[in-house]
Amino acid sequence: MSKYLIEKYYRTERLPHIWCPGCGNGIVLKAIVKAIDNLKINKDDICVVSGIGCSSRATGYLDFNTVHTTHGRALAFATGIKFANPKLHVIVITGDGDCAAIGGNHLIHAARRNIDITTIVFNNNIYGMTGGQFSPTTPTGDKGTTAPYGNIDPNFDLCELAKASGATYVSRSTVYGVNMITKQVEEGIKNKGFSFIEVLTTCPTYYGRKNKKGDAAEMIRQLNEMTVNINAYDKLPEEKRENKIVIGELYRDTREEYTEKYDRLIKSF
Amino acid sequence: MVFREFRLSGSGGQGLILAGVILAEAALKDGKNVVQSQSYGPEARGGASKSEVIISDNIINYPKIEKCDLLLALTQKAYEKYIDTLKPGGVLIKDDNIKETIKRNDIDVYSVPILSMANNGLKKPMVANIIALGCICELTKVVTKESLEESVINRVPPGTEEINRKALHEGYSLIKSIKRKIYYEA
Amino acid sequence: MTWENVRLMQGNEACVEGAIAAGMRFFAGYPITPSTEIAEISAAMLPRVGGKFIQMEDEIASISAVIGASLAGKKAMTATSGPGFSLKQESIGYAVIAEVPCVIVNVQRGGPSTGMPTSPAQGDIMQARWGTHGDHSIIALYPSTVKEVYDTTIKAFNLAEKYRTPVILLMDEVIGHMREKIVISKKNEIKIYNRKKPSVSPDEYMPYKITDDLVPEMANIGEGYRYHVTGLVHDEFGNPTNNSIIAEKLISRLINKIENNLDDINEYEEYKMEDAEEAIIAYGSTARSVKSAIDILRDRGRKIGLFKPITIWPSPKKKLEILGKNMKRVLVVEMNMGQYLLEVERILGKYTEVKGYGRTNGELITPNEIVSFVEEG
Repeated sequence: MSKYLIEKYYRTERLPHIWCPGCGNGIVLKAIVKAIDNLKINKDDICVVSGIGCSSRATGYLDFNTVHTTHGRALAFATGIKFANPKLHVIVITGDGDCAAIGGNHLIHAARRNIDITTIVFNNNIYGMTGGQFSPTTPTGDKGTTAPYGNIDPNFDLCELAKASGATYVSRSTVYGVNMITKQVEEGIKNKGFSFIEVLTTCPTYYGRKNKKGDAAEMIRQLNEMTVNINAYDKLPEEKRENKIVIGELYRDTREEYTEKYDRLIKSF
Repeated sequence: MVFREFRLSGSGGQGLILAGVILAEAALKDGKNVVQSQSYGPEARGGASKSEVIISDNIINYPKIEKCDLLLALTQKAYEKYIDTLKPGGVLIKDDNIKETIKRNDIDVYSVPILSMANNGLKKPMVANIIALGCICELTKVVTKESLEESVINRVPPGTEEINRKALHEGYSLIKSIKRKIYYEA
Repeated sequence: MTWENVRLMQGNEACVEGAIAAGMRFFAGYPITPSTEIAEISAAMLPRVGGKFIQMEDEIASISAVIGASLAGKKAMTATSGPGFSLKQESIGYAVIAEVPCVIVNVQRGGPSTGMPTSPAQGDIMQARWGTHGDHSIIALYPSTVKEVYDTTIKAFNLAEKYRTPVILLMDEVIGHMREKIVISKKNEIKIYNRKKPSVSPDEYMPYKITDDLVPEMANIGEGYRYHVTGLVHDEFGNPTNNSIIAEKLISRLINKIENNLDDINEYEEYKMEDAEEAIIAYGSTARSVKSAIDILRDRGRKIGLFKPITIWPSPKKKLEILGKNMKRVLVVEMNMGQYLLEVERILGKYTEVKGYGRTNGELITPNEIVSFVEEG
């Protein structure tokens, strides 16, 4: 199955990729192409847009229309692409720094417009490409090269941000549960509107090492331990909910999609 | 006298930029070359506002006006700010509420009840700019009445054509009623 | 000439009219004085011709959306002013290296920073050339009448499509906001250039192939030619690379595809230059003041003329050299403290005396000022 997916959807001549051993990005990427394969969408009709950072290098390895843009601006480029040609399935691959710091404004407004873009955030809690600086999702107290005494910034809940901004599909998963990522990407692509999928992933090289989280396998195990499915979470007693990250489908809404609204305006003349 | 440079001044919101555009468009319809420009501050209402129009048979390069041939002033503040920019021998058309605090012996002054006609006569304060255009046209003949009316109708909001046409005619009459001997040929 | 084609039009409005005539069907922008009318008029006109207008959340998002739309096949434009132009610079570099045709309008106002938002300036001449980081060439055009705004906007789109490059259209507050007569060209009189589409099958397609004219064929997203677009240095397939030989080939191609075509790209106007012994170089609204000044100086017997570059970048090198060789003196008048002056000195300073006159107080330079400068200087 993996071989089939790789040969069908990867630019195999571009492999091996630049990601470190133990990096979770490859797991997310495979889940994404699996979702696309399950949905049987023609490769020509898919445009994958990314920003800058480790995760954003994914576009280079994928055999779709791919656009590797500037730091933080993937959603703004993607908005132009989708608005110019609404027939395309536009998927944005981004990271926690790319999406929540430098690109935070674009996330808010793409969600507010409810433009039909599926955004997948590879959240590894660190700036990996530049060597381990803390990001908006680095937990308070954790270390990075620019937080040598521990991070004093509060960390962001990206799903809450996306929901509050107007996304019509919001979910979270981890690289511990690949099938859940695939399912969520499928649902995100099927949702006619702005979909936001946060995938918790691992950076053993920087985040793990700086914070003594163990090796990649250990980090993935920890991801499982610190998360709880939304269905189970509701049944948990209050004291057991503390410090748990909720995964699963977190929010859904139905609102008219942006490009369809504008097409109605054009047709009115 | 050849009227080439017009400065229309008052406060923001009085429609002076629109008046400048209408005057320029009328001149264009008459086959003249025109440039209309404005300088403005950050405030949308209040403050001093001015619109400038150059009308000429020749090509107009420098698009700004330093000294004008005709100054329209609808507020005291605008009058005081711009009266010195009127050329010697030039014409001032001012609202009659404006006090002539700066005496100039080298200009012709027409004091016209523009605002009271708009507010009390026509009960539409927003047509003061069009009344003023009527005054300028009747006095200077710089544009034909046909072109001016066409231009007014073209530029005012739909539904207000009649009141604006009326305002224009009030402008023609108001300036004529002022007992002055001098009329100008364009 | 029929009345329907004659209009009283503002510079900013003529820019949108020209853009739509050139085929613009996508505009993304953000409100900023004194360029806002371009966004407002685009918002009103575009949906009526089946085009798209979007007000983005900021200046960077606007240029980014424009690049995205162009990749997806639309002719796209954004408009801004000083501070917004600064914000867009990184993405302009992206459009340069990824070779995405688009038009960026900068209606200049006083700076630096917030400066004088409602006053004209010509302080972004060098920013237009070197605003984005890294070595590159750029096309920047600068009209000085409302009719020229219309024609030059069409030219900006044509050059963007022909050379697969961002084109900067400079204006200033005076040109953007003044209204004057314009005779709109008939549809069949307007020459439109569209990007070269792939002449090969998707299997054979190389999105950044080095061809004789140095401009690769461009497939739009969604047409079956899947390829990778990146701001990284890339090979002919679009794949990122650190290979220094490939890097050098790419960067020199990006520069040469423009610099090898100066005759096609450079446009200028000469005014009373036939018997001139002295020339003033000026552009944009300042060129209008200079024309009035030249009329006065000619009446006083001075043999002086105007050279007005409409293409600011790349420089009209050959033409400037000829001026340097033939003129007793060349004067540069601009609403800045000597930006284009540097370029003029660089090119013709070895042949003749070059002097500059500049001012940056938010007021258009007057003809009388220029006359005094010429007579006293």
